[in-house]
Amino acid sequence: MAQTQTQEPGLYTVAVTVNGTRYSREVEPRQLLVYFIREQLGLTGTHVGCDTSQCGSCTLLLNGVAVKSCTILAVQADGADIKTIEGYAEANGKLHPIQQAFWEEHGLQCGFCTPGMVVVIDQLLRDNPNPSEAEVRRGLDGNLCRCTGYQNIVKSALSAGRKLRGEEPFEKPDTALTEAAPATAGAH
Amino acid sequence: MFPAKFAYAAPSSLEEALGLLSTEDSKILAGGHSLLPLMKLRLAQPSLLVDIGRIPGLAYTRRENGVLAIGAMTTYRDIGLSPEAAAAAPVLVHAVHEVGDPQVRARGTLAGALAHADPAGDLPAVALALGGTVRVVGPNGERDLDLDSFFVDMLTTTLDEKEIIREIRLNVQPAGAGAAYQKFDQPASHYALTGVAAVVSLQNGTITSARIGVTGVGPKAFRPRAVEQALIGKPAEDEAIKAAVQTVADGIDVQGDIHASPDYRAHLARVLTRRAVLEAAGNAA
Repeated sequence: MAQTQTQEPGLYTVAVTVNGTRYSREVEPRQLLVYFIREQLGLTGTHVGCDTSQCGSCTLLLNGVAVKSCTILAVQADGADIKTIEGYAEANGKLHPIQQAFWEEHGLQCGFCTPGMVVVIDQLLRDNPNPSEAEVRRGLDGNLCRCTGYQNIVKSALSAGRKLRGEEPFEKPDTALTEAAPATAGAH
Repeated sequence: MFPAKFAYAAPSSLEEALGLLSTEDSKILAGGHSLLPLMKLRLAQPSLLVDIGRIPGLAYTRRENGVLAIGAMTTYRDIGLSPEAAAAAPVLVHAVHEVGDPQVRARGTLAGALAHADPAGDLPAVALALGGTVRVVGPNGERDLDLDSFFVDMLTTTLDEKEIIREIRLNVQPAGAGAAYQKFDQPASHYALTGVAAVVSLQNGTITSARIGVTGVGPKAFRPRAVEQALIGKPAEDEAIKAAVQTVADGIDVQGDIHASPDYRAHLARVLTRRAVLEAAGNAA
């Protein structure tokens, strides 16, 4: 647990579990969780986009809930169980169903926003395992993508939902050329 | 972006937290989704952050007779998932889904939003429309602050610097009353350019009482009392409601910025008040 220390802005020990591995590091109180994860733990899959809690690239699971780690102090996360994008694929490289869906549906172009998108879709599908397209778009409210126009990210989320519900095989047969169902609603 | 240096303390009780608040320029940290952005921009530079996030027992929603009691550390997400909140104040549950985005809602707290008193925050309008109190603890013990007089000015409330909100106590929506929250948001930030919450009671299609909270228009959320009075006795119909709400922004120091001029905000206030009252009346039994 965090210590009570009020004299000088000194260093605090933060101990967390990230993707099942325990870490302990000294931090200044003003150290943000995303920089703690990236620079002190070396897990650079979690990105810093806007640094103002708008773009969602820094999204990770803090005690099982998707949060923006640029707006949380590392000391606030002391004792927490954290999952970052590095914790999604299996050790043998097998993708998580959400990642597999992004692969199949071409859900990324430059990929910068993808870690945050995968984590927030994980949250969305645990809250609502069978979302409508409109609910997916609402769920992506806090994540910006500057490449895709969101259409394929939404398709990826819906496909991931089907995979997780067992309605679609983990590896979908290639239907990219026959599937022509453009979504009509624009990005919110 | 990093905040300026500060000291940090994570007390394990409210009493301990109150002691720490005697430090000059100390600030309470709850969800941190208003304070930390200000600190990163160096608009706030507290010397000490008192993190109340590790004090047990501050996150809950409880029904106590006619009151929905919401703990200081209860997040928007908690409220959105709370069956007690959904039964006692559906308009609150609707409105929390209008705040920020899912990740922000997982950290931001109702108590923090009211203490911060952002002039464009959603929840101050809803809290005013429901009515209730803010229960605080301070060096002189506990007191309840009436929400009707809680908002003083931009980012300013009747909360004393050395006090901590323990609980928000909102009136349960009266039996048979309908409520609604109408918002026109700034699409990038999702802050309300204007937001209006209304709680309306009817008898035989006639409005018998109305409580309205308006945000995003003036320097603080407010109740347009003249409109609330003008609605009483009116039929719950569009034209009558439209006529009754025209004064909603009168006497208010209507704010303007690059997103909306004062005239436009006043117009939005009239339109959204009409829509909120009409929708609330439609939701009334």
